[in-house]
Amino acid sequence: MSRYLLRRLLIAVPVLLGISVVLFSILALAPGDPFGELALNPNIPPEVRFNLRKQFGLDDPLVVRYVRWLTAMLHGDWGYSFVSRLPVQQLILQRLPTTLFVLGSAYMLALLIALPVGILSAMKPYSVFDQVATTFAFVGYSLPTFFTGLLFILVFSIYLGWLPFIYSSTIEAHGFAWVIEHLRQGAMPITVLGLFEAASLTRFVRSSMLEVIHQDYITTARAKGLTEYLTILKHALRNALIPVVTVVALQIPTIFTGAVITEQIFRVPGIGSLLIAAIESTDTPVVMAITFVYAALVILFNLFADLIYGLLDPRITYG
Amino acid sequence: MREHSDKVMTAVQAVPYGATGRAAARPQSLWRHFWRRFCRHRLALVGMTVLMVLTLSTLLGPLVYHHRINDIDFAVSLQGPSLAHPLGTDDLGQDLLARILYGGRVSMAVGLVAMLIAILIGTALGAAAGYCGGWVDHVLMRLTDLFIALPQLPLLLLVVYLFRDTMRRLFNPELGIFLLIVLVIGGLRWMQPARLVRAAFLSLKEQEFVEAAVALGTPPLRMVLRHILPNALSPVIVAASLGVGSAILAESSLSFLGLGFPPDMPTWGRLLFDAKDHLDSAPHWALSPGTMIFLVVLSINYVGDGLRDALDARKVL
Repeated sequence: MSRYLLRRLLIAVPVLLGISVVLFSILALAPGDPFGELALNPNIPPEVRFNLRKQFGLDDPLVVRYVRWLTAMLHGDWGYSFVSRLPVQQLILQRLPTTLFVLGSAYMLALLIALPVGILSAMKPYSVFDQVATTFAFVGYSLPTFFTGLLFILVFSIYLGWLPFIYSSTIEAHGFAWVIEHLRQGAMPITVLGLFEAASLTRFVRSSMLEVIHQDYITTARAKGLTEYLTILKHALRNALIPVVTVVALQIPTIFTGAVITEQIFRVPGIGSLLIAAIESTDTPVVMAITFVYAALVILFNLFADLIYGLLDPRITYG
Repeated sequence: MREHSDKVMTAVQAVPYGATGRAAARPQSLWRHFWRRFCRHRLALVGMTVLMVLTLSTLLGPLVYHHRINDIDFAVSLQGPSLAHPLGTDDLGQDLLARILYGGRVSMAVGLVAMLIAILIGTALGAAAGYCGGWVDHVLMRLTDLFIALPQLPLLLLVVYLFRDTMRRLFNPELGIFLLIVLVIGGLRWMQPARLVRAAFLSLKEQEFVEAAVALGTPPLRMVLRHILPNALSPVIVAASLGVGSAILAESSLSFLGLGFPPDMPTWGRLLFDAKDHLDSAPHWALSPGTMIFLVVLSINYVGDGLRDALDARKVL
């Protein structure tokens, strides 16, 4: 088991390095220059600009800059934002809790919807419930999150006025009112994200359950006289959940990138909107740090999914 | 009916399902057979019809419709649907139906071309990996893993933002952005076709007809293109059709974040981007492009589902 883990880790490290190389080359090849606006300022003589560039090492060869950047990242020094002069780590850590709250709740909601619906659909395939559920899954899967978000804002904020559509991270309330306020403003982004994820997960849970239900050991369990409830819960579900758990872990990075759009619509002050703002102002250190965080998340959750799959499925032998 | 002979993609004497062992009176080509299986999937047929209607209207609509996409008329700005403007107008008084029909061309063209690029790259790499095996396979699979780990949306945003102006200078503004978006979307989605093609190649390599072709002295390229690849295509076709939908969604997301085509090109995502600030005064502005995206992607998903069922040799329809 530890050999398996070690092997997966050893593969993960070069992949992470490769991603950093790709990222760095893209940003290095791009036109544009952090000191570009200084060029337009008549008060700054060209020698000062030249010295600034030399001081920050902007004219060094690509490999040197890459190695310097990589060692700094590994030491925890993620640089300073060009725009706000704050350390990048501080910026990211400030916004991380909001993103995690919205995403975590969305994923919980998605699982709460997808698991029961998928299981019930598989137990009675092609019934009315199944047809309706499959149609909803298709529809939910085809509706882009930005459109659903706008529809929700239209219905719940503008017509009904029930929910605020701008997310405020500084809510002045105490105790229960604080919780209610957070839930009210988080309801729409969480629901939008959650429904989208639930749509794709439902189809997967259903197909996984269907595959398991047609196996011989389920027929044996039924023949032995076990109630349908016990057959499904104790025998079918455990085996069907193995690929589902893997997919759930693998989808988490996708939901992070999906959150980028939702955060723009609802103005949630999370990492996604920080990324967009940083891209629009060519704030290179922030962009690199966030993209790197996303890539690390993908690799981390892939590793996690492999691990869980290995733990849950005793047929896997790690040699 | 032998599944193996089923796979050779030339006109064969295929026995239709349900026959009891006597060959059918008329020979039936394989494509015809798949088409009949596809037609049994009602929703897929509906999806295909909707898709045809939408595609034709975006192609022909701007030619016959009397409103231009940039007829500015402040007197009618932000009006709801009416006889003169069937889908309403935006804040500059431009007719929304005309803009949606025109923008649809771009959105769907981006989806198609991006997916084609993804399929071309994926098939080439997958075929190389599957056919050659050995270290070529190993290296290509590591490359695939690397690309799979890349975060797609941030990278998409980054590349489009950074190279937008360069591409605009190299080509004219619309073509430059089109090429950039299509290359980046396609370049980030080739991994799944590559894996599918590689898996198909690995299993097909062991078949007897490949051995026979080798014995005849077929050169490798001809072997891949003429013999193995046509039989490996069915999962790729399904992935391709679903990929068009996701490419259209990716382009719409880009435009929605303001980082897509230039502002005067009314792609559907861009229309939503402009509409989102006027939701309270002009909800019709956001509803129509969103519904169009939804309809196109939904019908593509249904068609893809139908194709998957039609091309899956194990499924009994």
